Amino acid sequence: MDGWLPIVILLGLGLAFAAGNVLLSQFVGPRSPSPEKAAPYECGMPAVGDARERQSVRFYLVAMIFLLFDIEVAFLYPWAMALRDLRWAGYVQVLVFVLVLFTGYVYIWRKGALDWSSREE
Amino acid sequence: MLTDFQAIMPILIVTLSAIVTMVAEAFQPKQERAPLAGFGVIGLIGAAAASVLLWGYDKTGFGVVRADNFSLFVNLIVIAVGLLTILFSPQVIERERIPPGEYYALTLFAVVGMMLMAAATDLLLLFLALEVLSLAVYVLTGIRRAQFQSAEAAFKYFLLGAFSSAFFLYGVALTYAIVGSTRLEEIAATLAVSDQAPDGLVLVAMGLLAVGFAFKISAVPFHMWAPDAYQGAPTLVTGFMATGVKAAAFAAFLRVFLSSFHTLHDSWAPMLWLVAVATMILGTVVGVVQANAKRMLAYSSVAHAGYLLVGLIVGTRVGEAATLFYLAAYAVSTLGAFAVVAVLATEEHPHDRVQDFAGLWESRPGLAALMTVFLLSLGGFPPLAGFVGKWYIFSAAIDAGYVWLAIVGVLTSVISVFFYLRIVVMMYMSDERALVPTPAITRSAVAGLTLALVAVFYLGLLPTHAIELALTSVQGMF
Repeated sequence: MDGWLPIVILLGLGLAFAAGNVLLSQFVGPRSPSPEKAAPYECGMPAVGDARERQSVRFYLVAMIFLLFDIEVAFLYPWAMALRDLRWAGYVQVLVFVLVLFTGYVYIWRKGALDWSSREE
Repeated sequence: MLTDFQAIMPILIVTLSAIVTMVAEAFQPKQERAPLAGFGVIGLIGAAAASVLLWGYDKTGFGVVRADNFSLFVNLIVIAVGLLTILFSPQVIERERIPPGEYYALTLFAVVGMMLMAAATDLLLLFLALEVLSLAVYVLTGIRRAQFQSAEAAFKYFLLGAFSSAFFLYGVALTYAIVGSTRLEEIAATLAVSDQAPDGLVLVAMGLLAVGFAFKISAVPFHMWAPDAYQGAPTLVTGFMATGVKAAAFAAFLRVFLSSFHTLHDSWAPMLWLVAVATMILGTVVGVVQANAKRMLAYSSVAHAGYLLVGLIVGTRVGEAATLFYLAAYAVSTLGAFAVVAVLATEEHPHDRVQDFAGLWESRPGLAALMTVFLLSLGGFPPLAGFVGKWYIFSAAIDAGYVWLAIVGVLTSVISVFFYLRIVVMMYMSDERALVPTPAITRSAVAGLTLALVAVFYLGLLPTHAIELALTSVQGMF
């Protein structure tokens, strides 16, 4: 267990530093509230409307389609690293994998999931 | 390389047919109807042929997929389930306005998951197969999006299913922590050499895996989702879930517990003994009071999970073969019963209450007779498939010394006859006449019902061949 002592010290110091700064600003920081300061922070722009508004259900489609291709990349990176060891067999398998994903892409395209303007809500 | 692909050939064929179905539907002209069901039928028959050709070769693909006789036998069961479901479907798709492409593609993908689940020899691949299967079935459950009940069923099934997947995955993680591998044979080898009392952590891992499986086979106390999901899903999907999912989950359950954890049989058998007894009793007793035919069949499927567990607990070769045979017998009987309910429904009337069957023998003598045969088979009447299955599984239990388990099984079977006969009595002896429309039945549904009927009688009258096959399929697997 001896080897862990530096890590415990580091954790303790980190916690103390973070908590200390928060607490310190609570106690010694000057306060001059104004309406601008109380407003929610939206990257410097004035806030428009409430955050709790209805979102178009299409965003869920976008999320699904994003996942489809995001996962593809998650598989492609490790494959690219091991490309030389996997040789042609690995290449063909990845090709099949991408092909299957491509059929998925063709499917959502034909089904109109990518048409944003043609269908009214 | 070639052996690898040969081993997964049945799975590849069905995957391909699923993709073709999906794309074909997307490309079909607006007004025309592509023969989508045909792709599925061709794919499933091709996969069945591939499974038969692979019989006896025991090929291993990529080190994690094993096409031994066991997985091929399960392949044949789930292919039959998929094929019958597709044959029954056209009428239901038309009536419920279900998108056909999605329906068939998801059914086929679910079959892919089932086949992979029976063949996987690595816990991680098993988990992947479980998810392929489950995700497809969740969507199928809720495919009638406009219907409140269907959405509710899908949501419940999804939440509890995801929960059970988490249990299973945690079990896999703990197993890996103890053994250092997720390969079934390596787990078995590691556990076999440690001859001292089993580590507590091993028991926890095993318990978590068992919970994951118990959810999927709807064993008590993890059956809560089953009645709601079974009632809310389209009737054919219910039949598919109750037979295919159960067959695949049992296949994986058998493989994991009788190969990897076989040395710990004394530890897990008492746990599953309790689960089996509770499942048999609760499924039967609660099934008796149901007024909805689909719900009643749901509890019947819970009870049957209990009988199937008996075969697993027994743990002998005969017990395993009995479980496989029972799965086949149960699958054709249950699918047939659900199909009769499905083809009788109309758009306005689901035809799923018990009193809807009143006087069916007058309006539909053929369907009434078919329903009677399927229900009596489920109840275990000779000379039907269910009887041989029960007889075989309980005699295996008695041979292995699990007399009490067999006694509970026989007693609950006798009680279950009561609720199967309730529908039969309603159909033939009720003075009332249910005023429900009786729709026309498509030719493919007639073909499917005939196949199921032939299977029920074949497995009941000439079970020797199927039992021999089941026995050879469990040889050399564990």
